[in-house]
Formats: sequence, structure tokens, C-alpha cells
Amino acid sequence: MAVHTSQSVAKAAGDDVARGRSRGTGKSAPPSKLRRALSVHWYAWTMVAPVVLVIGVIIGYPLVRGIWLSLTDADERNVARSIGVNKMPATYEFVGLDNYADALTGNQFLGTLGWTLVWTVSCVTITFCLGMALANILNRRIAGRSAYRMALILPWAIPGFVSVFAWRFLYNENNGLLNKILGGAGIDGIPWLNDPAWAKFSVIAVNVWLGVPFMMVALLGGLQSIPSEQYEAAEMDGATAWQRFRHVTLPGLRPVSTTVVLLSTIWTFNMFPVIFLLTRGGPGEATQILVTQAYKFSFEISPRDFAQSSTWGVLILVLLMLFAMVYRRVLRTQGDNW
Amino acid sequence: MRRGITATALVATLALAATACGSDDETGGSKSSGELSGTVTWWDTSNVGSEDKVFKKIAEGFEKKHPKVDVKYVSVPFGEAQNKFKNAAQAGSGAPDVIRSEVAWTPEFADLGYLAPLDGTAALKDQDDFLKQAAASTKYKGKTYAVPQVIDSMGIFYNKKMFADAGVEPPAKIADLKTVAKKIKDKTGKTGLYLRGDDSYYFLSFLYGEGGDLVDADSKTVTVDNAEGVKAFGVVKDLVDSGTAKTDATDGWENMMSAFKNGDVAMMINGPWAVADTLTGKEFTDKANLGISTVPAGSAAQGAPQGGHNLAVYAGSKNLDASYAFVDYMTSVESQAQTAGELNLLPTRTSAYSKKEAVDSEIVQFFKPVVESSVERPWIPETGSLFAPLNVEYTKVLTGQTTPEKAAKATGDSYRKLLKGWK
Repeated sequence: MAVHTSQSVAKAAGDDVARGRSRGTGKSAPPSKLRRALSVHWYAWTMVAPVVLVIGVIIGYPLVRGIWLSLTDADERNVARSIGVNKMPATYEFVGLDNYADALTGNQFLGTLGWTLVWTVSCVTITFCLGMALANILNRRIAGRSAYRMALILPWAIPGFVSVFAWRFLYNENNGLLNKILGGAGIDGIPWLNDPAWAKFSVIAVNVWLGVPFMMVALLGGLQSIPSEQYEAAEMDGATAWQRFRHVTLPGLRPVSTTVVLLSTIWTFNMFPVIFLLTRGGPGEATQILVTQAYKFSFEISPRDFAQSSTWGVLILVLLMLFAMVYRRVLRTQGDNW
Repeated sequence: MRRGITATALVATLALAATACGSDDETGGSKSSGELSGTVTWWDTSNVGSEDKVFKKIAEGFEKKHPKVDVKYVSVPFGEAQNKFKNAAQAGSGAPDVIRSEVAWTPEFADLGYLAPLDGTAALKDQDDFLKQAAASTKYKGKTYAVPQVIDSMGIFYNKKMFADAGVEPPAKIADLKTVAKKIKDKTGKTGLYLRGDDSYYFLSFLYGEGGDLVDADSKTVTVDNAEGVKAFGVVKDLVDSGTAKTDATDGWENMMSAFKNGDVAMMINGPWAVADTLTGKEFTDKANLGISTVPAGSAAQGAPQGGHNLAVYAGSKNLDASYAFVDYMTSVESQAQTAGELNLLPTRTSAYSKKEAVDSEIVQFFKPVVESSVERPWIPETGSLFAPLNVEYTKVLTGQTTPEKAAKATGDSYRKLLKGWK
């Protein structure tokens, strides 16, 4: 048996060499298929290689490393460091899925997730409704239309951190403009960022303010692509303004709105700067969303808990992937071609 | 890639260190000052707009003594410095040669291996001259990792004019604090006290006042969640709820300083680091209007935390010799006398207290006994980590999101997670 096998291997090897010399006469085996694919597409592969390499380095490596860290107990004190004369080797250990079990059974992750969902849903809903209303208003021929459009795009044009800091000044309880105006009208100042409920309202308001321009521009584009014949035909049939909006505008906007809602959801879910710069997740941890909390683990507490931070990061990724899959499936069942 | 850079830096550092050692041997102990060269980057964390100018001036004075050395003064906001230094130190690039390290950060940085041991270097001169309290935080596992620059504690800052208008005296006890604040409110319409709600360092004197503490390092016990701790959370909650104090969950430092400087509040709890900034306020154009008294006593005791700042040298510094000399210069008797005179900061050297500048400063003279009787924290690597969990619960109590009992328990739980094996 053993002899037989070795003989056949030797034979096969010999065959291979022979086939190699007399190219094209042998029967098409898998390796030659690959070879053919390479010989046909080598140019494409070469062109793609740098991109694949760069993506692998800047996305693949951190992702794999993040997943690996989430399976260990790595923190600031046990990772490898070499500073000048001090050299310390890594001493963290593999702990399996312990971090995930801790995160999913403790109430910190679930509590933060709850507020993150409230934050995402309310921001996206309000932004979408406001964007839709403004887009419809600006789609008509009104005087100074382009001036309005410019003004409404302004929040988008200002760097995010600049506008968030401006809002932080406005919100200041004792010296902020908002409370000065209220005080002028004889109303008591509102603890915008100092009361947990008001702080939640305040961060949502700022994010809506930042998000409306994008919604508006995207939906305005969608509105302009709806053929005017459809409106004319609807009007001929005696449709009211509401019916025209309901049965012509909304279906016409569908391809645009599904995309912007998906994008906006993902962006809002991970909207780091607004929360971090406005409240740092406070007061207490009232406005802490998943990404800001993950940042806190990794950069603000000491010793920095890299393992827990990566765990939260991976969980955020999984949640968003699940959302995107469900969203796609729902759209597909409704007949959208995704 | 990062490892490559670190390795290169390491080799470079070793090479530099080796050559530096060589030159050291040649000239022996009588090393002339002109020999030091290169750049020394210093991260200063003092208050921008008041203290930083003086420190910059002093730091640049080093260049006059050592013309070949270029001192790069970088002002880093105190609140960001700890994280910024950790990021840079761990990445192996962008870290300064010398950092002004808060007392609680020093053992932590040392534990992480970011600091160069200073025993036997030029940075440590006349060690016996340093106040014992100040030197304590610079030691970790038998080695010295920093040199004390300033020492401080806390007291009540009050507006003398407002106190006179209301006809009150500085409160000695927390119960008095409430009656004083009420009289001020009745007479002037202003709030009595500003209590920082976003930084639990300002909570410590209330905790000590009730006889509590964060942890007891000798018996390895977490003490923040015992009855005294719960009581202390109740005390600060009552101060805010009763209108004695106002607070903020964000921008606490800016709001506190502007409220006190503009006369919107009559008192704040603060330390010598706030004096220079306070004196720029419109209420304090006459410096005599600023009164300082000891923090009010709680039901069990009276106490304020001992704090301060050290100067530490980054272990990966490429210019260790000049850095050591710079640290020595910045903590010398002359430099300390100058900061005592211009900024009312407390020296860490005993001999600096006999200098005219320190003797003439009322604030230095006031705080000297306060510092001597202040509560010393355990200098373990985790001391600097105790504030992050406490901040969250402290703010939650002040904003009514949790009860004192729950807050104390939650803080204790996270301390036990942090301090493995503690009771």
C-alpha cells in the first residue's frame, strides 16, 4: 500500500514536469485554471495590488489586532513598551470570550446601548423630517432661494468641532447666550448641559442642526429628479397637495431617502465629536454613547483598558453590520433593487 | 513600522547616552555649564494666561546659563496633559524631555516605565532640603522619579467686600457655611459658594471632613463606600440642593473662576494655583479684597488634600543630561522664590521659605501651615486613577441622578476592580 502510494506520487510528479514542458497537451486541471486566470487578468491584479495592500494595512491590520485585543486582558500596564532604557515585554494573556460575556451581561453596555439607540433614532427621524420639509420648501420658486440654500448649508460647511464649541458656549448655564436671552424674557435659566434630561435634549439638538444640511441637499437632489409630468398628471386627476406629496413625491424620493437614512444612521450611531466635545458623555454618564465610552476606556481612564475598549469596538461593528443586513433585507422584500 | 521607529529612537538614545557618559568621564565632576547643548522640551501644565508667563520666563532663563541649550516651552492644559503624555510616551514619539507631572501622576508614569530614575543625576541636588511631604510622591519602589516643584493644598477663597456687605465671617464649619451663604443671599442676592461639580478633587475636603478617605493603603481597604463616604456625598448634595452652592457638570474651572472673579459668588474652594488667575478679576483689582481661610470642617474633622507638581524626565529623552540640569534649575531655591513672589506658589524647598519673596507673600504664609496639616494621599500607581470613577458618581450625585448611597457603592466597586485584591 505504502509502496503503491509513493509510486503514484512519483509518477504524478513526473507527469507534472512532462506536462509543464509540453504545454497545452494535458487535460485542464485546477492549477492551470488559476494560471490561466492569472495570465488573463495579471494586469488587473497588478493594478489592484497597491490598493489591496494599503487597505490591508490601514483597515485589515487594525481590525484583526482589535479583535485579538478583545480576546485578551491587555491594558496599559501589560502591553509591550520600550522607552529609552526601560524595556518591558508584553505580559497580557488570552482570556477567550470573557470580555464579551462581561460586556453583554453587565448593565453598562446595555444601558449605553439603550441611550445610543434613542439618540440614533431620534436624531435620524428629526433630521430626516426637517430635511424633507426644508427641501420641499426650497424646491419651489421663491424669492432669494439660492440665498436660503446657502444659509442652510452653512452648518455643514463649518468644521464640526468649531460649531460644537460654539454651541457649548451658547449652552453655558451662567454665561451662555441662550440663558441670557431667556433671562431677558424673565424666564429662569435652563441647565442645558448640567441636567441629564436637558443634556440629552441639547446633544440631539446640536446633532440635528449639524445633520439637516446633508439631508436637505440629498433630498433636494432627489426632488429635482422627479419628472414634473407626474405632478401635472396628478393635478389633472384632481389630487390634493397632500396626495401629490404622499403618492408622487415620497415614492419618487425612495431611492435617495433609503440611502441617506442608512448613511445617517451609521454616522449618528458613531457620532463621536458632538457628544465628546459638548458633554464628554456627562453629566455623569448620561449622554455617553457606545463610541465615546469605548474611547473613554482606551484613552481616559487609567490604567487604559485596551481589551474592554476593543470589545466594545467589535460589538459596535457587529451591531452596525446586523443593522445594515436587516435594512437591506427589508428593502429587498419591498422590491428595491439593492 | 512603529516598532521600527521606536527601535531607531532607542538606538539613538543609547548612542547619545553613551557619548554623554563618555564626556562625563572626561571632565569629571567639574563639568562646565557651557558643555550642555541640544534641545530640552518642557511641557508645562500651569494655568494659561496667568502662571504660564512666569514659568516661561524662568524656563527661558536656563538658556542664559547654558547658551547652547534651546529650551522649548510648551504649555499643555492641565486637564489634557496626563493623557497627552501617555499617548506620546507609549508611541515613543512626540513626548517632551521634561514634564510637569502632578503628584498623583508621578507614581503612575513611573510604574508604566515612562520616567527616568533620577537618583545620582544632576537633577537631584540637596535632597534633604525638600519638604518630606513634597518628596514622598516622587519616590516609587525605592527610586526617585521626579523632583518636587510646587506643593499645595486647598482653602476657602472669599470676597472680603461681599462678606463685609453681608456682615459675615469666613465659615469654620459646614453648618456655618450654610448660614453664611444664606446671609449673603439675603443681603446681596448672590450665591454663597461655587463648588466644582466636574472634578472630584474638589470633593476631597468634604470627604476628609466627615472622617472618610478614598482608600486606606496600609490595610489595603477601599474606604470610600463606608458610612463616612456616604455622608460626605450627602453633604455636597445638600450644599447644592439647598442653594448654598452652585455647580456645573461641564466647564467647571472656567465657570468657577469667572463667577468668583466677577463677584457672582462670594466663595470658592481652591488652591494656590488659582491665586494668580483670581487676581486678574475685576473684583480683585484691589488685591486685598481676596480673603483666604481654611476649608470648613465637617462633622468629624477638618482637612484638605495635599497636592502639588513635580518635574519628571521622560525615559526616552534624547537629551537626558540637559534635561537633568533643567529640572535642577527649575526646582532651585531661586526659581522657587521667584514663583513664590510672582505667583504666590508654595516652594518645596525648606530654604526657599526664608527668602524674602516667600516671607512677603501673605498667601504663601497662609498656606504653609495648611499644607503641613493637609491629608497626604497614598502614592501608589493607582492614586491618579481614583478620580475617573469618582468624577462620574460625584457629578451624578450633584445632578440628582443617583443617591449618595448608590454613588458611594458604585465608586467602591470600581475601586475594587482597579485595586486587585483589596478589601
